[in-house]
Amino acid sequence: MTPIGASARARLAAFVRSLRANGFATGLGETQDALKVMTSELALRPVYLREAFKALFCSRQQDWQRFDEIFDAFWLGRGMKTAVRASGARPDAARAERRSGFPGFGDKAGSTTAVADRDALDESADLPGEGRSRGASSAEGLSQTDLRHIAEPDALDQAMELAERLARAMRDRLTRRDRRHRRGRRIDMRRTIRASIGHGGTPVDLVRRRRKEKPLRLVMLLDVSGSMSLYSTAFVRFMRGLVERAQDAEAYVFHTRLVHISEALRESDPVRAVERLSLMAQGWSGGTRIGESLASFNRFHAARVLNSRSVVIILSDGYDTGEPGALAQEMAALRKRARRIVWLNPMMGWKDYAPVAGGMQAALPYVDLFAPAHNLASLAALEPYLAKL
Amino acid sequence: MTADRSGIAERLAGVGYIADPGLATALWLMELLKRPLLLEGAAGVGKTEVAKALSALHRAKLIRLQCYEGLDQNAALYEWNYQRQLLAIKARENAGDDPDRVEAHIFSEPYLLERPLLQAIRQEEAPVLLIDEIDRADEEFEAFLLELLADFQITVPELGTIQAKAIPRVVITSNGTRELSDALRRRCLYHFVDFPEPDREARILLARMPDIDASLALQIARMVAAIRKEDLRKIPGVAESLDWAAALAGLGIKDLHQDPEAVHDTLICLLKTNEDQRRLTREVSDRLLGRVA
Repeated sequence: MTPIGASARARLAAFVRSLRANGFATGLGETQDALKVMTSELALRPVYLREAFKALFCSRQQDWQRFDEIFDAFWLGRGMKTAVRASGARPDAARAERRSGFPGFGDKAGSTTAVADRDALDESADLPGEGRSRGASSAEGLSQTDLRHIAEPDALDQAMELAERLARAMRDRLTRRDRRHRRGRRIDMRRTIRASIGHGGTPVDLVRRRRKEKPLRLVMLLDVSGSMSLYSTAFVRFMRGLVERAQDAEAYVFHTRLVHISEALRESDPVRAVERLSLMAQGWSGGTRIGESLASFNRFHAARVLNSRSVVIILSDGYDTGEPGALAQEMAALRKRARRIVWLNPMMGWKDYAPVAGGMQAALPYVDLFAPAHNLASLAALEPYLAKL
Repeated sequence: MTADRSGIAERLAGVGYIADPGLATALWLMELLKRPLLLEGAAGVGKTEVAKALSALHRAKLIRLQCYEGLDQNAALYEWNYQRQLLAIKARENAGDDPDRVEAHIFSEPYLLERPLLQAIRQEEAPVLLIDEIDRADEEFEAFLLELLADFQITVPELGTIQAKAIPRVVITSNGTRELSDALRRRCLYHFVDFPEPDREARILLARMPDIDASLALQIARMVAAIRKEDLRKIPGVAESLDWAAALAGLGIKDLHQDPEAVHDTLICLLKTNEDQRRLTREVSDRLLGRVA
């Protein structure tokens, strides 16, 4: 056992910070265990140390695939991009081992923390070039009729009302956890036996159980890109209604980036709500990067927001300027966490619409319900669906 | 166990398990940090084998809990033996016992049926507890499991709290059909199990089938690796490779190139759906065989 110096501790803390910046969920527990590992015999060989940290800090497959790169970038002072380019898919452990002693400790080269930074990614996502021209919405010949209908003040009130009804429909759903109930379907043997003792073992009083009910959680992701802008007002209103009325609802908007707006929607003062929204929404009506927006949802929000009682509703026309393969991958990840994925597409209500857009095609295999949402009636059709879940 | 990381791979090989280096480190770390190990990976990569190897390594009892949808605490922890309880109530009623004493009697140890988790906690020697396919169980069960893994104690209302005598080594596997909670993931060490590289798979074949020729084992491993890259509905696992090796050995084949027809005919050991069997035609198998040196 070798005592760990203050500088080594600081390096470790910095490493943990860079893991967090890369979306790893690591806490104090892991850091303390990492210190234990550093005083064990594993620390004598860098390869072992890397393997041990990998087992300790990774908690899912995506982490697993990225870890070696981040480890090398940090402790061996290799930039991530160059590490990939230099050695193909995986950084070679052999080269790491050739470096003497403890990698990165007090090593100047190690201090260049070339860890891919989320903000940088976001910036590159904001590059010009997409938007309406490539979003193809204008080319489709956008019909105004259904939109006028939804933008009238009366209709906006209806949207709120509808949201309320949907919120009620979602409130309860059955779970497997049982609860004692006078008229349940299954007999609770344990309690029945206990009740029968007084009757000499004759089960006079049957104790029954019934399934406990729990509310659904609704997670809405609204596309506010250019091609969707005519619908956004009504949908935001609709989302506000749901966030207000439902016990459990979260709302996000996305265009080239994803923005969490539940808090802003809960703002009681409508003027301030609008202010907060417009601050958040800088860049609305630009291009659409559905894949990347979903990726950032999966990475930074999904763990907290999604469970088997969550229904994800994506409101988008599916015109994505990103890579369809990336969108499919994120949809698959989303699919594993959520109970159902509903995709509402305003364009589906149009005559002769077929989901031919690349993004829509990529997403469809992972969607449980693909429905139109060009007017209030189509949103109302969701109610029986949610009530059944 | 041993304080020596380097020796683990050899000791695992000694019990018939060929580990990849990262896994050996993770198993060592389990001892150092006393954390459960979460294994993820496709079906058939040998996740369950890890638990078996661990139990062989420590000469510890292996207790397995197979998870399924709707698995509840009764099935995982304990259950009362209702038939025996009913009989006991009848017998004591006839003997004129008073109800309170009857109750105390029938909710006691002899009427308790241990299920895997309670069993694991009551062992004198630390067992290996395998919680298989946790992703099939409900989230509620996952939350309960997390509680159990935190303090290794179980409360049976009629008997009181039972504290583990020895902390089990816990291996949890998941096929990734459902995303697990972050809380569970963070409690565990993590290892992603992939299909073995041909060299390692050949060593696995040799470890299980000592009679097989080393060069044939490598050929088989390479052929299986090539088949796994084809567009199949069910990718063959290590168990399938073993079946195939046994079939080829049974036919007296020493070299795959010696009898391409037999190679193709025995591929049914690897391909478990009609669609996959039709896709891997003789032409395809010959082409793949051509690449296997």
